[in-house]
Amino acid sequence: MEKFDVIVIGGGPGGYVAAIRASQLGLKTAVVEKEHLGGICLNWGCIPTKALLKSAELLQKIKHAEEFGIFTEKTGFDIKRIVNRSRNISAKLVGGIKGLLKKNKVTVFEGSAKIISSKSVVVEGKDQKVSLEAKNIIIATGARPRILEGFEPDGKNVWTYREALMPESVPKSIIVVGSGAIGIEFASFYNALGVEVTVLEAAPQILPMEDEEISAIAKKSFESKGIKFYTDIKLESKTINNKKVKVEFLHNGAKKSLDAEVLLMAVGITANTENLGLENTKVKLDRGHIATSGVCQTAEGNIYAIGDVAGAPWLAHKASHEGIIAVEHIAGKKPHELNKLNIPGCTYSTPQIASVGMTEKIALAAGYKLKIGRFPFYANGKALILGDTEGVIKTIFDARTGELLGAHMIGSDVTELIHGYVISKSMEGIELDFIEAILPHPTLSEMLHESVLQAYDKPIHI
Amino acid sequence: MPIKILMPALSPTMTEGNLAKWVKKEGEKISAGEVIAEIETDKATMEVEAVDEGIIAKILVPEGTEGVQVNSLIAVLVEEDEQDADLDTFIAKFSTSQKPVEKIVEEKTGEPDKMKPASISAPTSTSVQGVSTNKRIFASPLAKRIAALEGISLSNIMGSGPYGRIIKNDVLSAAKNSKGTIRRDNEEYRLVPNNNMRKVIAKRLLESKLTVPHFYLSIECVMDSVLNARAQINSSFDSDKDKRLSVNDFIILACAKALKEVPTANASWTDSAIKLYNNVDISIAVAIEGGLITPIIKDADQKDIVKISTEMKDLAKRARENALAPEEFQGGGFSISNLGMYGIKSFSAIVNPPQGCIMAVGMSSKRPVVIDDKIEIRTIMDVTLSCDHRVVDGAVGAEFLAAFKKYIEAPILMFV
Repeated sequence: MEKFDVIVIGGGPGGYVAAIRASQLGLKTAVVEKEHLGGICLNWGCIPTKALLKSAELLQKIKHAEEFGIFTEKTGFDIKRIVNRSRNISAKLVGGIKGLLKKNKVTVFEGSAKIISSKSVVVEGKDQKVSLEAKNIIIATGARPRILEGFEPDGKNVWTYREALMPESVPKSIIVVGSGAIGIEFASFYNALGVEVTVLEAAPQILPMEDEEISAIAKKSFESKGIKFYTDIKLESKTINNKKVKVEFLHNGAKKSLDAEVLLMAVGITANTENLGLENTKVKLDRGHIATSGVCQTAEGNIYAIGDVAGAPWLAHKASHEGIIAVEHIAGKKPHELNKLNIPGCTYSTPQIASVGMTEKIALAAGYKLKIGRFPFYANGKALILGDTEGVIKTIFDARTGELLGAHMIGSDVTELIHGYVISKSMEGIELDFIEAILPHPTLSEMLHESVLQAYDKPIHI
Repeated sequence: MPIKILMPALSPTMTEGNLAKWVKKEGEKISAGEVIAEIETDKATMEVEAVDEGIIAKILVPEGTEGVQVNSLIAVLVEEDEQDADLDTFIAKFSTSQKPVEKIVEEKTGEPDKMKPASISAPTSTSVQGVSTNKRIFASPLAKRIAALEGISLSNIMGSGPYGRIIKNDVLSAAKNSKGTIRRDNEEYRLVPNNNMRKVIAKRLLESKLTVPHFYLSIECVMDSVLNARAQINSSFDSDKDKRLSVNDFIILACAKALKEVPTANASWTDSAIKLYNNVDISIAVAIEGGLITPIIKDADQKDIVKISTEMKDLAKRARENALAPEEFQGGGFSISNLGMYGIKSFSAIVNPPQGCIMAVGMSSKRPVVIDDKIEIRTIMDVTLSCDHRVVDGAVGAEFLAAFKKYIEAPILMFV
């Protein structure tokens, strides 16, 4: 029986990063992956969807080319080629991960892993079964779309993101249930391709995790592009007739029904905890996901859980970071516990949305006295140059200590801007560190500076 | 030819001072009459004005330098077209020709090797530096800010951040712990350098206690009438609250009237004669940051209560701003120190040399007193006179206090 210091179950952004780090620290490491290395992120999530959204964004830009003095004869798209491009990017990155794991001497087992005891794992592959001995196990099995009863996907009229990112043709109309990042990104993508899109959200605001103010701006912007929204809804039923889905729901207490060619369910995810053999261990579950300590340790001391299977936020970068924490803990180092308030979240729609830390509402509820700054895109030179004057950067400071409690932004390329605040939060910078920073002109990043100046009542450009 | 800027003497007796601040920097153009620096003397900070115009070519005495001898070279001024080369020889020449500068170097560095050339920067060795000998503490900006807000020393906190850096949570848990448990500071004490004022207070009061034979007389004054009078006068100032009189204003006036009546209490000791002052100039102790100062109400016997009040307010305000001119706090024949506002019932002050007496004033409070064999409530203020027995005998002191008591208890007498 082959022995490993660490066996990682799942080769997604949590698992493969954990495996590489473990190997770097001198631990003999194996990864078990049942489908594709890279996990959802590379194959069915982050990467391919962003590739699709880039095509959509470019299409929109080309439609506005005349504003830039450029004439295009005919604008059109081929959904097959758009999808192919996204598949090729995924394939390239998956190949890259294989190479990285090989370079770092991580053994990869293809198949499904089952924990037999806290020290042993059986991998069932296509045509063989291998027993492995493990000093430590890291569960990184991720999650899958949450399915609501009566709204099970059928791959034809009722989709999850899997179908949505590989459509064979473009439907005329889509109803998206759920307005988190996944729902909004697909709404934005299909809207850009000319599809009639309606979004249903159970919460009172779209993008329920985002700051209310940003959410309202986003809603207005999407509505101006033709997306329809119903918030505060309660799903009742769906019926499929003549290749059309009819969805019935309660909106403000009144029954309402809509139909469309496709119903896209994006109502969150469910942790993959089944068939893992957890019953053979002391690992405990908490509301569907594996319960872990600040260093990702489960109730079974040598078993760790990271990423989506260990709970929200369901983000690839959170999974990767937890992978590092878990491995460093295994290696006897003293890793720092994950601070969830320092994890940024991004939505790659047009306009983009990015945020880190507390929303205004949460900060107020936590009892802080706030200093809030806002800087709009229309007052930024680079935004005018890009032709993207829609959006704002909002910063929230603790008035007493100058701690950046939260930053929230909407607009062009904000997903590439949020890191400035992320680094500062991680270093525990205070308002002075922003105020005294010199940012390059002309860039969108100048708004990071100006928003803080505005919080402290001394903006220059507004 | 470069122009010398020398340490000025801001009073006839000044021999040295501290260069508190340079208002102008090297390379800055100045014109005659502009303020170029601030000099701290015994008790006040004074501005130094430029006499000539030109460019400050070199500052030789950095700000914060203590004990700069009067007439030592502190900076050099050049005209706009002059060259730097002249400057070094010019400074060198001045430094070697000036005994006082060399003397500072010897005294302050305490080095036996006197062959060293007079180093211009040497006087800084006595400055505030060297108080803190800490090694660098790594802490996040937020941790530093919270530590400052909570009044927690970072030197006691173990950092849990990257490479042992102190982060927010470390400070917050230290703040939390500091409430319940005893946390001993690793540093046993910290040093606050003595400024000139502290040194003067130490020197003069030590001299007083060592050389002045003190004795103390206490008396109770019934304050109801004067409080009444004050209330009546102040109610007429309703529209102008700044004009309102304080009890202290009445005390000054009563004291002035009593000194006029018992002039032998307004006196100083000298070896050959007792100096009896012809004018009634009363020094009032005012607490300011880092010490105290005694601005003077001159000719207090000839001023009315409103004049005394406005003068006192102005002097106290400027005292706290370090903006008194030397003649406003140097001199005086008699002192008053009032700690009533702190709730002090009575205390004995140290005679302020060369003056012969200081009157310590306590808090006015309602107390039971026996009047015509009955216990009644009166507002009472305790006053203690400290006297230099060489100048003032017990009987003279008692006479003065009796006169003071007469005026403060029947304030109408002060106005006749």
